[in-house]
Amino acid sequence: MQELGYLKETPSQTAGPYVHIGLTPNFCDITGVYDSDLGTAMLNDKTLGERITVTGRIFDGAGAPVRDAVVEIWQADSAGLYNSPSEMRGAADPNFSGWGRCPTRAEDGVYSFETIKPGRVPFKDGRRQAPHISVWIVARGINIGLHTRMYFPEEAEANAADPLLSRIEHRERVSTMIATRDGATCHFDVHLQGPKESVFLDI
Amino acid sequence: MSELFNRKPETGAFFARDRAWHPPAFTPGYKTSVLRSPQRALLSLDGTISEITGPVFGHSMIGELDNDLILNYARPGESAIGERIIVHGRVLDERAKPVAGALVEFWQANAGGRYRHKKETYLAAIDPNFGGCGRAITDEEGRYHFRTIRPGAYPWPNGVNDWRPAHIHFSIFGHGFAQRLITQMYFEGDPMIWKCPIVGTIPDKAAIEQLIAPLDWGNTIPMDSRAYKFDIVLRGRRSTMFENRLEGN
Repeated sequence: MQELGYLKETPSQTAGPYVHIGLTPNFCDITGVYDSDLGTAMLNDKTLGERITVTGRIFDGAGAPVRDAVVEIWQADSAGLYNSPSEMRGAADPNFSGWGRCPTRAEDGVYSFETIKPGRVPFKDGRRQAPHISVWIVARGINIGLHTRMYFPEEAEANAADPLLSRIEHRERVSTMIATRDGATCHFDVHLQGPKESVFLDI
Repeated sequence: MSELFNRKPETGAFFARDRAWHPPAFTPGYKTSVLRSPQRALLSLDGTISEITGPVFGHSMIGELDNDLILNYARPGESAIGERIIVHGRVLDERAKPVAGALVEFWQANAGGRYRHKKETYLAAIDPNFGGCGRAITDEEGRYHFRTIRPGAYPWPNGVNDWRPAHIHFSIFGHGFAQRLITQMYFEGDPMIWKCPIVGTIPDKAAIEQLIAPLDWGNTIPMDSRAYKFDIVLRGRRSTMFENRLEGN
């Protein structure tokens, strides 16, 4: 019989407590190597769309904020297009990166992104997904990065029909993927473990 | 931010991750994982365009010394202290195809095992000429390389007497957000590898071996630096043979 010849994916390891040295060196006072930390600016003055702030904290199983995590987000532009070579449906807003990176603060564990509300993108079968932001979390104690999504509370109708949210068997857990909103600020807390545990994805 | 390459972009969904190959979330030998591991099952999803796409970074972002940790934090005319090494390799996917334009970031302790970080309290000295971070973007064949000093082993408060083997942390972007990966590289022959609770989170010995960089004598530069080779494999992706058309919105 022939062999398939596939390689195995390199196994994950924790990012550790000093992840900032590599991913956000200026944040931990290693200055002069990079001009700025990657992923701190997603927008400029010409970016199209509704400005929002996405902020929150990551909590461990004892309810303590995780103060040494790094959060990355990935999202479509206001028209629902991704700024990626694999986006075949059109050209995304050149003034929007779609990707951001932010460490949680050492004092209180808060992360924060200045971004825009994404447009809707299709599911594999063509149905429209509700507007969402993909979230990836790494930290000391997390052996493999955790993927989740943030949805918007004002999109109740789209959320109700969203192909991913619809698949959550225990309906009370849907709310763990939906931010709370206060004006332009979306609060999105993530609970790694316990009664309020967020839905994490194997994607 | 996007970089155009002279080849057809790939749009297939990624092969499912083999989560028996990766470390599980809950690994009590590594104590911090106990309260930071989800207890519920992950929700599985065949990748949508949200996961198939991902940021790609331009070579223009990379500074001249970004891949030279011996010099990129050093004062003019000085250099970091330690065993000079070159680390190089390729970023491939599970189909052994090179991943071009992949951003690889790396960070590490200095020769004495001391990290330049305010939370770090180990008594080994800071090297005033060593910061500990670097980055590179792979070329069309998926190759990257950097120059650094070999990091020292370092003690950590897990068990009473736990020490990390010498290691370099790696963060890798492929072309899709679902390929995002952080891992650690270890050095051939280090007896500390097999004592480490973080290495031990990986259940399969063959998977651990995949994180151990061999000494690459062929690429060692006489009277200058030894070389280690560390290849990285990201998730492969389907060839979109009969996929629903993503543009069929």
